[in-house]
Amino acid sequence: MKFLRNLLDKYDPLFHKGGKLEKLYPLWEAQDTFLYTPSTTTSRGPHVRDGLDSKRLMILVVIALVPCILFGAYNAGLQAALAKGEPTSDMFGLFLSGMITILPIILCSYVVGGIWEVVFAVVRKHEINEGFLVTGILFPLVLPPTIPLWQVAVGVSFGVVIGKEVFGGTGMNILNPALTARAFLYFSFPAQISGDKVWVAADGFSGATALANAAATPNGTSAVDHLLHSTQTLAFPSDFMNMFYGFMPGSIGETSALACLIGAFILIITGVGSWRVMVAVLAGAWLTAFGLNQFHGPNVPGFFSLPAHYHLVMGGLMFGAVFMATDPVSAARTNTGKWIYGFLIGVLTILIRLVNPAYPEGVMLAILFMNVFAPLIDHYVVQANVRRRMRRVQA
Amino acid sequence: MLDLISVATKAIFIENILLSFFLGMCSFLACSKKIDTAVGLGLAVIFVLGVTTPINWVINEFLLKDGALAWAGFPYVNLSFLQFISFIAVIAAVVQLVEMIMDKFAPALYQALGIFLPLIAVNCAILGASLFMVGVKKYDFAESTVFGLSSGIGWFLAIVAMAAIRQKMQYSNVPMGLRGLGITMLITGLMALGFMSFIGINI
Repeated sequence: MKFLRNLLDKYDPLFHKGGKLEKLYPLWEAQDTFLYTPSTTTSRGPHVRDGLDSKRLMILVVIALVPCILFGAYNAGLQAALAKGEPTSDMFGLFLSGMITILPIILCSYVVGGIWEVVFAVVRKHEINEGFLVTGILFPLVLPPTIPLWQVAVGVSFGVVIGKEVFGGTGMNILNPALTARAFLYFSFPAQISGDKVWVAADGFSGATALANAAATPNGTSAVDHLLHSTQTLAFPSDFMNMFYGFMPGSIGETSALACLIGAFILIITGVGSWRVMVAVLAGAWLTAFGLNQFHGPNVPGFFSLPAHYHLVMGGLMFGAVFMATDPVSAARTNTGKWIYGFLIGVLTILIRLVNPAYPEGVMLAILFMNVFAPLIDHYVVQANVRRRMRRVQA
Repeated sequence: MLDLISVATKAIFIENILLSFFLGMCSFLACSKKIDTAVGLGLAVIFVLGVTTPINWVINEFLLKDGALAWAGFPYVNLSFLQFISFIAVIAAVVQLVEMIMDKFAPALYQALGIFLPLIAVNCAILGASLFMVGVKKYDFAESTVFGLSSGIGWFLAIVAMAAIRQKMQYSNVPMGLRGLGITMLITGLMALGFMSFIGINI
């Protein structure tokens, strides 16, 4: 360890002002602070004594994502094997074949996004932040496993440049960059990111997501029956527990509510993710779905009859609530604001799912929509607090 | 009643006059630096839209459109070529009214809005709403009133959200060439991306 530190110190001057490699300072600084806690201290107040800075904070999110990544790899392999009619007993083999599918997507996202990050860091002389490690992994996890790699590259470029860097980099963007990238792909190349053909990495195999399946329920019948009926010949019919574990076609990382909950547990005990947002999103979604259940009748789309707790484990709701909505930069920052922000995301998600026939999935757009309004919510929460305290002073 | 609610949701969210038609951009970009100013201007626009749309509906229905003068004994007269000028005249008159009211009761806001208050008269969103009402939508009187008001509310939501974002962005380190209008245009596009979640809802 000492040796490595000495080595780093020896070459350090090369990268500082006047050094030979001055231009590459952001890269040097990134790897140095990745390995060691930065030695610099703030010169002005406020001073916080804590080993945790925004770099270490971001890497915790990546750690929390590991269950989703591992299960995503396994599920990608499993779904492909099921589609081709191959045996599914060899867990490790499935995991490997899934990894072969998703690893290029993740690498592509990291490499292309990383290049943009470095270009901006060098030109604009800011630090390379591990925040990018989070965006770079969140983005592939919300893509279908069959996405063409050039689209991954285009999407992540849009997300990193327009979604984040034009605002000045990490911490200054208004929308979640990973979701911006996905929405951009979604509206630009709908054929490769929605529909029935994209969710399983086997050529020409049509496997609808559970949500799309439920959305196709005929008027007046029960969505649960329809789900079970249309998938009963498969090895994993879409009942509640299978969907909770994540054995269904879908975006790479989002299918397993269980893996997301493990991630949520890590985020909450480390204090990185806001439990208020997570609880509020799920509560908003559950209550809205429960409310809309009451409208179910003979002339109403059967999707309305889907029980509220099913909504929580289907599609990307759990993933969005745990990893996307809690993004500390684009979410509301006040505690009251977080409740309002999260609750409205949940409400909107279910409304888009049920009321908007164009999109069976709604969580991505709901989060983007609330990202737009998060600063406004914060402003009024702060103003209300100011007024309350003014009254206390005057009284 | 359900019908009016559907007109309102459509005008506020699904076909937001600013974020899906990009009407009324000039004052949106210029007056969205502070939330208080944005709220003031937004309310003024709601008022003007809410008043002018029904007035214009009446004028169009009973004076301008083909055969509208039947009640006066001229069933073959078509004055619809006067639509633009009469709509603009109504809008200008109402804006004058708003200006006077605001000068009297909210002088601070009147000062803050400056030239952009009289410029509501030429705000494309206002004329746009009137023209959509008679041209594309063919609403009746009650629907037109609701449509005008909700278009205003949609515009209000957009400008207030934008102002909040711009206030938050004071500490952002935006690249030199994009500061000011450039980044605001980009944010408008990103906001529109958020509003696209409602496109496709049929009500």
